[in-house]
Amino acid sequence: MNPKETTIERHVIGILVSNEPGVLARVIGLFSGRGYNIESLTVSEVDDRENLSRITIVTTGTPMVIEQIKAQLARLVPVYDVHDLTTEGSHLERELALIKVANTGEDRIEALRIADMFRARAIDSTLESFIFEMTGSTRKIDAFVDLMAALGGVEVSRTGVVGIARGSRLDMPMSRSKVAGKKTRKRKI
Amino acid sequence: MAQPKKPSARKSGTKPAAQRMSGAAIIMKALQDQGVEVVFGYPGGAVLPIYDELFKTNAVRHILVRQEGGAVHAAEGYARSTGKVGVVLVTSGPGATNAVTGLTDALMDSIPIVCLTGQVATHLIGNDAFQEADTTGITRPCTKHNYLVKDVEDLADVMHEAFYVAANGRPGPVVIDLPKDVQFAEGTYKEPAENLETEHSSYRPRTEPDAASIEEAVRLIAKAKRPIFYGGGGIINAGPDASKKFTELARVTGAPVTLTLMGLGAFPASDKQFVGMLGMHGTYEANMAMHGCDLMVCLGARFDDRITGRLDAFSPDSTKIHVDIDPSSINKNVAVDLPIIGDAGKVATAMLKSWRKLKPRRDKKAQDAWWDQIEGWRKRDCLAYSQTKGKQPIKPQHAIKRLYEIIKDKDHYVTTEVGQHQMWAAQYFQFEEPNRWMTSGGLGTMGYGLPAAVGAQIAHPESLVVDISGEASFLMNMQELGTMAQYRLPVKVFILNNEWMGMVRQWQELIHGGRYSETYSEGLPDFVKLAECFGGKGLRAEHAGELDDIINQMIDHPGPVIADIRVVKDESCYPMIPSGAAHYEMLLGPEDEGSGGPRGAASAAGLALV
Ligand SMILES: Cc1ncc(C[n+]2csc(CCOP(=O)(O)OP(=O)(O)O)c2C)c(N)n1
Ligand SMILES: [Mg+2]
Repeated sequence: MNPKETTIERHVIGILVSNEPGVLARVIGLFSGRGYNIESLTVSEVDDRENLSRITIVTTGTPMVIEQIKAQLARLVPVYDVHDLTTEGSHLERELALIKVANTGEDRIEALRIADMFRARAIDSTLESFIFEMTGSTRKIDAFVDLMAALGGVEVSRTGVVGIARGSRLDMPMSRSKVAGKKTRKRKI
Repeated sequence: MAQPKKPSARKSGTKPAAQRMSGAAIIMKALQDQGVEVVFGYPGGAVLPIYDELFKTNAVRHILVRQEGGAVHAAEGYARSTGKVGVVLVTSGPGATNAVTGLTDALMDSIPIVCLTGQVATHLIGNDAFQEADTTGITRPCTKHNYLVKDVEDLADVMHEAFYVAANGRPGPVVIDLPKDVQFAEGTYKEPAENLETEHSSYRPRTEPDAASIEEAVRLIAKAKRPIFYGGGGIINAGPDASKKFTELARVTGAPVTLTLMGLGAFPASDKQFVGMLGMHGTYEANMAMHGCDLMVCLGARFDDRITGRLDAFSPDSTKIHVDIDPSSINKNVAVDLPIIGDAGKVATAMLKSWRKLKPRRDKKAQDAWWDQIEGWRKRDCLAYSQTKGKQPIKPQHAIKRLYEIIKDKDHYVTTEVGQHQMWAAQYFQFEEPNRWMTSGGLGTMGYGLPAAVGAQIAHPESLVVDISGEASFLMNMQELGTMAQYRLPVKVFILNNEWMGMVRQWQELIHGGRYSETYSEGLPDFVKLAECFGGKGLRAEHAGELDDIINQMIDHPGPVIADIRVVKDESCYPMIPSGAAHYEMLLGPEDEGSGGPRGAASAAGLALV
């Protein structure tokens, strides 16, 4: 078989959807029903005037499966637009994590020192714990969490990846922005 | 996320023209404005306001089926024989769950359906109320789209949008779940908006093909040495003119044409360029030509596993053009060289136009050699069978062939159930036009044919409608005999009665060592008496000599008929691509070992494909 058909790639996909009941279930059901992977999924309303939400999904699959995923998403009725951030030029990815570390003594000081290096902010503290807030790439957060786990009991809450393309191009602009009147929203095929 | 913070910004469903009325009245008015003539349904508590409105206004004709599953199949038969959207009305809970098989069937075969389901009142949703089911949850994976209408002010928009979504792009079933309080509530009716194709806020499927791709396709077809057209249900869905254009296109190019089970009728079966259906029970020449071609032009079909056989051996040396209205069909199973997104009819029309403009020279010599090769395959006469006359038992193939020959000049529609009889019908019945043939292709739903015939007969009261059935499948939805009796529908049920779930028996014979586990049709009713007790006529043919007479009696009778055609019990359906085999490794008959090695030697992966 052609190696292209078997190599597993990781893609970050941005999806603009109508914020209506069931839309998230529809997207998730598509992934589970067709056996696609979800590494992370984030969603929130991004345009209250037009009632639009943006979903960011990190998924893995062969190039053929990734193409399928995008085509299947695009044909859902409440989906406005699908963008593969991984293939459409360079993009930014960030996660937000809240990391609670429960420890005492020397480990506490070490935890603070490392947090400083990672630009994690302490946003809550007791005599036996810290909660750090940190944003960054998935890899950076993973590394920080690993270090904290060596220094105490750890509890983590993460958002999953949000992503956006670099540069001035507006792939999925807000309706209120200056360009919206010109029907910038790309027609689905 | 789950709840919009303000009324939906659905700006695209309607144009304003204020008229206040109840939700139930909005539903009726919307059906009328959508041009709906018939609704197939079954009442219950959660749809009483709608049935009351129906009673008062008589706005649409209601056909009372005998089970909700029958309603959806009937609507499918109606839709497929007319090209219109089929409409269903059922109650909440069990009414909705009974409809699920039909909805899945319509999704798999891309049939436009709007199904209205009753729901408990909005304040009861989620409380396990009487006859509550999570209908939108249950039907989400088996519909093209679904809606739960919680605010009567959204109702008119949703109704109109549902018809638009069901019929446009790749068609499919749409469910609208209607809580009872919304049916009572007063709201504003709005008329359907024009131009949803261009104005809908998020669903605007592309139908016009890209011109450059069309020209490229035409060039590829012209210079091909061994081209073939592979057409499917997408051509039928694109309307009768699409079949005409496709036929014209195939004729100007001179290439052979094969059709899928769903596509039969898109090209005249009597045309010399037609090499028959392809796939698991397709003709030898069709599958061999698909394997040997150097250019495959797929229009409105989807490289389904019943077509391709073992994927890695599927037509390895051909350039593939794939025309589909649904971009997700492209490269799903088979990688193609030239994808064209668009409506099959528009694409065929554009290709034809481009062909006439470019006037390409085709490689006549190579194509003649290709036809010689095809004629060689045709000479195998893969559909041959032997039928002795007189008191001899009836071969099922012969029964279909005679049925076809006797009714072919009448205005007729054919539906089927699922099994061997279905495949024999596809092989031996010839279809010259689209919309005449209705069978459950993607889901393979036993019990489809009888209600589908009811729907087709409602749409075409003067035409001959025949359900080619198996004795086992018939029993799955035979309650619809009651519907036939009520509306005096002269549907003819032509049962190939082999006393077996023949298709399953065949697989057991082929790959399970003849261990016929639970496939004998024990305890069958007397079909003649059964017909009579539902007010119809019962007929039986037991040997070859009486077959024609029984068929003639069947079609001459003005009312419903069940014809119990006793056929040879252990006949198997050939040709056959055994599961896991390549599409050129067909078994042509019971003695055939197949070119791919001894029968029964299917790979484990192949067996799992069954
Ligand atoms: C609802 C449903 N259940 C089970 C099957 C599996 N199945 C496929 S064909 C078949 C036997 C059909 O028997 P019959 O209607 O007598 O047709 P025959 O094959 O004998 O012509 C069965 C059980 C199916 N397709 N649909
Ligand atoms: Mg049978």
